Amino acid sequence: MASIPRFEPVTLLLFVLLSTALTISSGSGDGFTINGRVRIPQGLGTKGFALPGKISNVKVILNGGQNVTFLRPDGYFSFHNVPAGTHLIEVAAIGYFFSPVRVDVSARNPGKVQAALTENRRGLSELVLEPLREEQYYEIREPFSIMSVVKSPMGLMVGFMLVVVFLMPKLVENMDPEEMRRAQEEMRNQGVPSLASLLPGGGRS
Amino acid sequence: MAIAMAIRSFLFLLLLFFSSLNPILSLYEDQVGLMDWHQQFIGKVKQAVFHTQKTGRKRVVVSTEENVIASLDLRHGEIFWRHVLATNDVIDGIDIAIGKYVITLSSGGSILRAWNLPDGQMVWESSLQGPKHSKSLLLVLTNLKVDKDNVVIVFTNGRLHAVSSIDGEVLWKKDFEAESLDVQQVIQPPGSDLVYVVGFAASSQFEMYQINARNGELLKHESAAFSGGFLGEVSLVSSETLVALDSTGSILLTISSHNGKISFQQTPISNLVGDSLGPAVITPSSVTGIFSLKVNAITIFIRVIGEGKLEVLEKTNLKTAVSDALSISEGKQAFALIQHAGSEIHLTVKPADDWDGNLLKESIKMDRQRGLVHKVFINNYIRTDRSYGFRVLIVMEDHSLLLLQQGEIVWSREDGLASIIDVTTSELPVEKDGVSVAKVEHNLFEWLKGHMLKLKGTLMLASPEDMAAIQSMRLKSSEKSKMTRDHNGFRKLLIVLTRAGKLFALHTGDGRIVWSHLLQSLHKPQACQHLIGLNLYQWQVPHHHAMDENPSVLVVGRCGPSLDAPGVLSFVDTYTGKELSSLSLAHSVAQVIPLPYTDSTEQRLHLLIDADQHAHLYPKTPEAIGIFQREFSNIYWYSVEDDNGIIKGYALKSKCTSEVADEFCFDSRELWSVVFPSESEKIIATVTRKLNEVVHTQAKVIADQDVMYKYLSRNLLFVATAAPKASGEIGSVTPEESWLVAYLIDTVTGRILHRVTHHGSQGPVHAVFSENWVVYHYFNLRAHRYEMSVIEIYDQSRADDKDVWKLVLGKHNLTSPISSYSRPEVITKSQSYFFTHSLKSIAVTSTAKGITSKQLLIGTIGACFTGFGT
Repeated sequence: MASIPRFEPVTLLLFVLLSTALTISSGSGDGFTINGRVRIPQGLGTKGFALPGKISNVKVILNGGQNVTFLRPDGYFSFHNVPAGTHLIEVAAIGYFFSPVRVDVSARNPGKVQAALTENRRGLSELVLEPLREEQYYEIREPFSIMSVVKSPMGLMVGFMLVVVFLMPKLVENMDPEEMRRAQEEMRNQGVPSLASLLPGGGRS
Repeated sequence: MAIAMAIRSFLFLLLLFFSSLNPILSLYEDQVGLMDWHQQFIGKVKQAVFHTQKTGRKRVVVSTEENVIASLDLRHGEIFWRHVLATNDVIDGIDIAIGKYVITLSSGGSILRAWNLPDGQMVWESSLQGPKHSKSLLLVLTNLKVDKDNVVIVFTNGRLHAVSSIDGEVLWKKDFEAESLDVQQVIQPPGSDLVYVVGFAASSQFEMYQINARNGELLKHESAAFSGGFLGEVSLVSSETLVALDSTGSILLTISSHNGKISFQQTPISNLVGDSLGPAVITPSSVTGIFSLKVNAITIFIRVIGEGKLEVLEKTNLKTAVSDALSISEGKQAFALIQHAGSEIHLTVKPADDWDGNLLKESIKMDRQRGLVHKVFINNYIRTDRSYGFRVLIVMEDHSLLLLQQGEIVWSREDGLASIIDVTTSELPVEKDGVSVAKVEHNLFEWLKGHMLKLKGTLMLASPEDMAAIQSMRLKSSEKSKMTRDHNGFRKLLIVLTRAGKLFALHTGDGRIVWSHLLQSLHKPQACQHLIGLNLYQWQVPHHHAMDENPSVLVVGRCGPSLDAPGVLSFVDTYTGKELSSLSLAHSVAQVIPLPYTDSTEQRLHLLIDADQHAHLYPKTPEAIGIFQREFSNIYWYSVEDDNGIIKGYALKSKCTSEVADEFCFDSRELWSVVFPSESEKIIATVTRKLNEVVHTQAKVIADQDVMYKYLSRNLLFVATAAPKASGEIGSVTPEESWLVAYLIDTVTGRILHRVTHHGSQGPVHAVFSENWVVYHYFNLRAHRYEMSVIEIYDQSRADDKDVWKLVLGKHNLTSPISSYSRPEVITKSQSYFFTHSLKSIAVTSTAKGITSKQLLIGTIGACFTGFGT
């Protein structure tokens, strides 16, 4: 549906660097192998999107669809036979926003790790990808609040009634009796029914 | 969630659907399934493996031509899990190992993956390399157990690998590169730990290797030469006998190896058939002792009786599909055979050793709109009386998948919808007084039951099944799934053309199939062998007679894959799905131009351009030609030649000067051409405006309270070119040697109105053109991020018109006609933004009057789906 993902304020997560093996290793044949890992921290994903065990639906995409791979149960992934050059890795996981990662595969020194998040240009010393934030696909229903009742047309009408019933007589009471009489007389001369005469307080005075 | 997972083709449909809605920001979570719908498809099944153990749910694992691997529920046909692989990651083979892993071999045999059967989690992945390109074969040795591990034998790229099915470790590998060998089959005789590799070397040498499957040791190598050469595939008949065809396809070779000796037996096919009609083809099958041959339309089943003697079992000219063998008990095999007879299909299950002893014979009524049976997969189960029952999974011509059991279709899946090539919309019928299209409740009992369910629902007593029933009832009775036109025109029929050549009409309210129609022309083999559907156009949209006339669509197809193959037109009623008429054309169809004119019956005039740039007018009526003659000088079109980097513009010249008088055929003349320098630019994308788009306002108020007039021309073409080096994959070029150029070209005069270069950028370009703006998406190599740019084009010649006094005094030129011939004074504005995601598709919403603000709909690669206001 024409759902506009409503992004929550960015909650950047600290990148936990793990002492794992190389990111890029020279593979057999003509290309290299890019190894990496996707980590979805525990605290995230409690909103019902990422049901536990659903990492089977996470896809890792190289260069906009040139290669697609999936995660192993431990979160590791690898692309085989990648030529030297600069590549882009994206992670497609429902419920999470991952920054695309720029990975440089150097032909000269194959062990070198060159990875950077393209969203915030943060360099990565290991290819460990973590979501930047959760995605919200649905409109959120407003919870019940007293202000929403007050601000509704019905609430405003009730408010206005209260003002008229309780505050207007007060205004009339504070008036100088002489001035009031003069005003009433003027009104009577004009023949316009005055507001004060309609009110119980005004009628008495 | 529902939205995010909608698949590619359905994104497309949803785009169209929601293009008609006013901007609703989004859905609430509890509205999912009520307002929207989503369906998942897998595509035409290539291979199926059953997993029907006594415990657990019965399922079938399938691989498809759309590179999908999926696990389906055998009871209902629902998808348990599904993975869509990359487009170049073609699946070569699937199998099940150690009862819990699905093994797939893909990418030309270079990637072997194992998936957990219950949840589809990938367990391991191995990359298999080899010295040269070759056929890829996958074989799971189920009876060879090494520490509870099944060995997976993979032959790929000229190398034989044995892979452990637990962790994907390569146990051993053996190269076959030295002997220019073309491996045909890898065979494992049952009950042994030997593997045979069979193939041809130098096209006339037959080679056979015997390998120990435990350690990869080469035990024996035999070879024999046959002077006639070989053609195509070999088929294994028994553990010692193979059959092949010689290079002419007219002699059948029986190859038997006996005690290390290979001997050939030749049998001319004419001896078997009587009169040989043409080259024969061996249909691959794995039934012991029997193989089948196809000579023209005749299928012949042949049994091999020891020592190369052949016996013809059956000859039939019915359309036949055969399954692989299924071992049912000790050394016993059975296979399924499906034959077409009229509107029925006959399913027979035969044991491999007794041709006439049918285990099962059933006739099933089959919808003609499904076409022929293309593939059969057989599975068995044990009935309560301990006898064998059989179920078969069949793949039809329209790519649908059906499960047959006990003479009935248990379930069917319309997987043709996974490969949609064109979509158009059609209005629903107008609600007529007195006739209600919506069905009333069948009877009182049904009605009472429905109300009881609803009562249960409100009293919180309903079980989940009841809740589902209530939900479906609500959906049925709800306004959005009615079969009539609504006031605002939101409800529509989506007419969809699939790659299999089938038309579907889907209801926008709930996505159900209203009717489907396999293009009838497919069944006239003499007229058209391989019909390929190309496009859909709205042929007739009745407004004046909307009550008693049905709209129709034009389906344009082509006979065969080549561009100059003759075309086929078919006219289909959109309410009933009946084909009104069809035409086999004498000319080819390179381009179809719906003209903005209709005749008195409201049929739209269409101009078909053939490969020789002749224009043909349809419908072929005198009235149409009358209308056409009036507008003769106002018709222009263009063609894009991507390979040569040329865009050409054409206009009509005169009637065709051919020997056959054809007053509906016109010659064209070339007006202009834009030639891009081939060493620096290559066309990668072209986009135009939609023909039926309506624009409501001509002016736009820009940020500084100023008014600008949109340059609205139907003849604008957006072209993106890239450096030839940079037209490949991302990362293959440096930013210095790549650039992207965007052009706006007027297609009447060939004038380039705007040109902008993005240095350090490359494709793929996805673009959408609407009103006076174009939005395109490309990759910026310098920032290494995706970018989106927008170009807006404004008419400068009318800039003075914004003076209020001139408007009041009538001194404006707002009513003066705009001509495409005149040189327009335009200015362009453009902006660029970074965009995070890779794109699959991009589209823009459109409404009937063009008043509602436009929203960009973007389908990203992760199958997510975003909208933007413009």
